[in-house]
Amino acid sequence: MNRFTYARPATIEDAAALLACPGARAIAGGTNLVDLMKEGTETPDLLVDLRRLPLRAIRETEDGGLSLGALVTNTETAWDERVEARFPLLAHAILAGASPQLRNAATNGGNLNQRTRCYYFYDVATPCNKRDPGSGCGAIGGVNRIHAILGASDRCIAVHPSDMCVGLAALEARVKVHGPEGERTIPFADYHRLPGDDPSRDNMLAPGEIVTAIELSPFQCGDHWTYLKLRDRLSYAFALVSVAVALRMEDGIIAEARIALGGVAHKPWRVPEAEALLAGKPPSEAAFHAAAERLLAGALGQGDNDFKIELARRAIVRALGQAAAGTPQSIVDKRIA
Amino acid sequence: MDADFRQHGENGEGQGLSDIHQPDSGGVPVTLTINGEAHALTLDPWVTLLDLLRERLGLTGTKKGCDHGQCGACTVLVDGKRINSCLVLAVTRDGAEVTTIEGLGAPDNLHPLQQAFIDHDAFQCGYCTPGQICSAAGLIAEGRARTREEIREWMSGNLCRCGAYTNIVDAIQEVMGEEAMRA
Repeated sequence: MNRFTYARPATIEDAAALLACPGARAIAGGTNLVDLMKEGTETPDLLVDLRRLPLRAIRETEDGGLSLGALVTNTETAWDERVEARFPLLAHAILAGASPQLRNAATNGGNLNQRTRCYYFYDVATPCNKRDPGSGCGAIGGVNRIHAILGASDRCIAVHPSDMCVGLAALEARVKVHGPEGERTIPFADYHRLPGDDPSRDNMLAPGEIVTAIELSPFQCGDHWTYLKLRDRLSYAFALVSVAVALRMEDGIIAEARIALGGVAHKPWRVPEAEALLAGKPPSEAAFHAAAERLLAGALGQGDNDFKIELARRAIVRALGQAAAGTPQSIVDKRIA
Repeated sequence: MDADFRQHGENGEGQGLSDIHQPDSGGVPVTLTINGEAHALTLDPWVTLLDLLRERLGLTGTKKGCDHGQCGACTVLVDGKRINSCLVLAVTRDGAEVTTIEGLGAPDNLHPLQQAFIDHDAFQCGYCTPGQICSAAGLIAEGRARTREEIREWMSGNLCRCGAYTNIVDAIQEVMGEEAMRA
């Protein structure tokens, strides 16, 4: 690990000032950043420890939703009784990711800002436009089983690794940010970005900006939700494909559908036009297939990951069926109903 | 070394920013309670909790397996919660209470999980065992696992290359049963 300056600011303002410095990185749980520092993938000059900031609460919001503090751990969030009761999709998405030990340390802000697990990003002996802009992409034409099928560019085919963020995308969360210009709120769909010609940027945070909270508004889906995650082993592995679904049903008709995909793109993947295809319709295999087709329009395999396109299609149809039936995928029982 | 943060000064000088420790400043003052004993330490900020425990404090019960948060051999309890000590910079847990395998039990006074692991033959080489037992202690304290399947899911952060999983679940289930009877 490289030698760095370490700062423990006590206020958000001080933390923001420090994070505006070149070479600064924020640390909270450390589960991703410390790993990347051991690999030499991240070599910060200044490490800004956010753990003394007052961002450890889950609060009620005026619209009946919740504000999840950035320093609340993933476990504390998933097992908060208000989250479990009102946003079970989020609780399940969190618990589908990582391991109990990692979730106990990892924070909500850190989950949003974690980096891709692309092997080439990690391996400093290989080219990577995300780690070393302009050096090339080892994954394109390389080993790319875990890589993107949607929204990739000729510079980068990495995927965002989070499960939690897929749930947050389906729930249309908002990211509260504090920066040099004050506070701002970023809709979740606009928080992460596609790689385009600058894969070094994962999200829209500017230098000196800190995620302070994630806000959720109520979405009345009852039991009509699911988080279906498919991976190479049954627990403690990143998603090859995951699907978050929440359906607002009225008299047996889908009034509103929310669908987000994980493991397929540089950000949680949502296609409002696909969701609109389901609105006003009764649940049916045909309607689910149509939505899946629209969600995956333009999907492109890279060779090793070609299977993900068909896997995603089937996972979307299956997840929509689970949500429509009000039978969410179990975390513990891995059989897929 | 011309980054802007140098202008803020160190340790209280400058623009209201304090507690900044440059790499050559001699370390960061940290207080940790480890297995019930308070330690006032001065640590380089790049030292992980795992390396602190093993290399400086001689608590070698906690094992270094992958050193990347993928195997769980380094699992300890911090403020009662199980975490991977290999992915924690020790300075970031100033003020915390840490419990390692040495703090759970002693050779003449085994923790119920330690006894159960012996009784159920829940290890072969034993390298993952301190992490398994600390993780199981955390799992029992969480109170979420009820069934065999749930124990398997909530223990998935601990790998055992000898493949003692079935017996590990047996051992944990036995202790959970005792805990449930006590409750």
